[in-house]
Amino acid sequence: MLARTCLRSARSVAPVRNVASKTASRSASTSSSSEGAASSFTMTVAGSAATAVAVGSIAWYFHLFGQEAYAMTPAEEGLHPTSYPWEHLKWNKTFDHQALRRGFQVYREVCASCHSLNRVAWHALVGATHTVDEAKTMAEEHEYDTEPNDEGEIEKRAGKLSDPLPSPYKNDEAARAANSGALPPDLSLIVKARHGGCDYLFDLLTGYPEEPPAGAAVPAGLNFNPYFPGTGIAMARQLYDGLVEYEDGTPATASQMAKDVVEFLNWSAEPEMDERKKMGMKVVVVSTVLFALSVWVKRYKWSPIKTRKIVYNPPVKH
Amino acid sequence: MAGLASTIYNSLIRKNTVFLTTIFASAFVFELGFDSISNRVWDSFNQGRQWKDIRHKYVQAEEDEE
Repeated sequence: MLARTCLRSARSVAPVRNVASKTASRSASTSSSSEGAASSFTMTVAGSAATAVAVGSIAWYFHLFGQEAYAMTPAEEGLHPTSYPWEHLKWNKTFDHQALRRGFQVYREVCASCHSLNRVAWHALVGATHTVDEAKTMAEEHEYDTEPNDEGEIEKRAGKLSDPLPSPYKNDEAARAANSGALPPDLSLIVKARHGGCDYLFDLLTGYPEEPPAGAAVPAGLNFNPYFPGTGIAMARQLYDGLVEYEDGTPATASQMAKDVVEFLNWSAEPEMDERKKMGMKVVVVSTVLFALSVWVKRYKWSPIKTRKIVYNPPVKH
Repeated sequence: MAGLASTIYNSLIRKNTVFLTTIFASAFVFELGFDSISNRVWDSFNQGRQWKDIRHKYVQAEEDEE
């Protein structure tokens, strides 16, 4: 009870003290402003100093927190890929399906020995790169597990169109074991999964230097590639001129193969692209017409209001 | 002109059931026409790039083998 009264009395005192200090400061400021030239100089100095402190603290804050933070060294970021004029990335262009067919050949003969493509089924190739019969023939070259039979045994059967493309390893652990700890990523969505997309993949595939530059530290078992974040990549250079023989007679240079396989991997990442762009074109056309129509209707409906004239006739004085 | 407009109004728009049928039928016809035209434009943008442009090479080749 005694404590509470003490508190209350303290609280009742506080506003009084506030008022007292406020009046004191006000009287000080009014007296200083009335003093004349000497105090106006100190006012200027004080104002300039306050401005300098404010600007300086904002600059310091921006320096600390406003800039983009790079936690990694440029080598760890990897070289930025060159931007290439990909024809299939234009808004009104489909994939070049001849290139997709070549790219699949490169994938099958080169990449597929380490990389899986297990989001793509054989039937996806039908009507995109191969005929039905070709796809069936390729699927039948591979064996797949059956459902358990009456005795619970899992047997092997030839592949069908509905099967996904076969993986080179039984599982990720087997893949790591065969590649000294490095897991070759699945390539189905790799174009979407890497910064730079097609440009990055093309540069990665063709960007291996003959030998690492002087001073670059390349750990044992890794290869130097400036485009790979960290520059040490487990995959060695794969594409050399003339590695595959294209059935359509295109010269199989390393860059041609890289371009074809990158376009193929872009297709595997977004097989709907052709249809999507065509639909997008139709949508743009229809919405343009509808937008023009809506503008016309708006102007039509508003024309009485926009063209009206308000006339004020002052009352005639008598 | 006024005669034509009133003919259209009387024959297609005046009765609600007929008007509704007109809307559905014209949507159907428009869709057909618009799709076929835009497909043709699209194919001209992408001459030689699509599967249907190169399909004959491989279908032909297989028939020759058999």
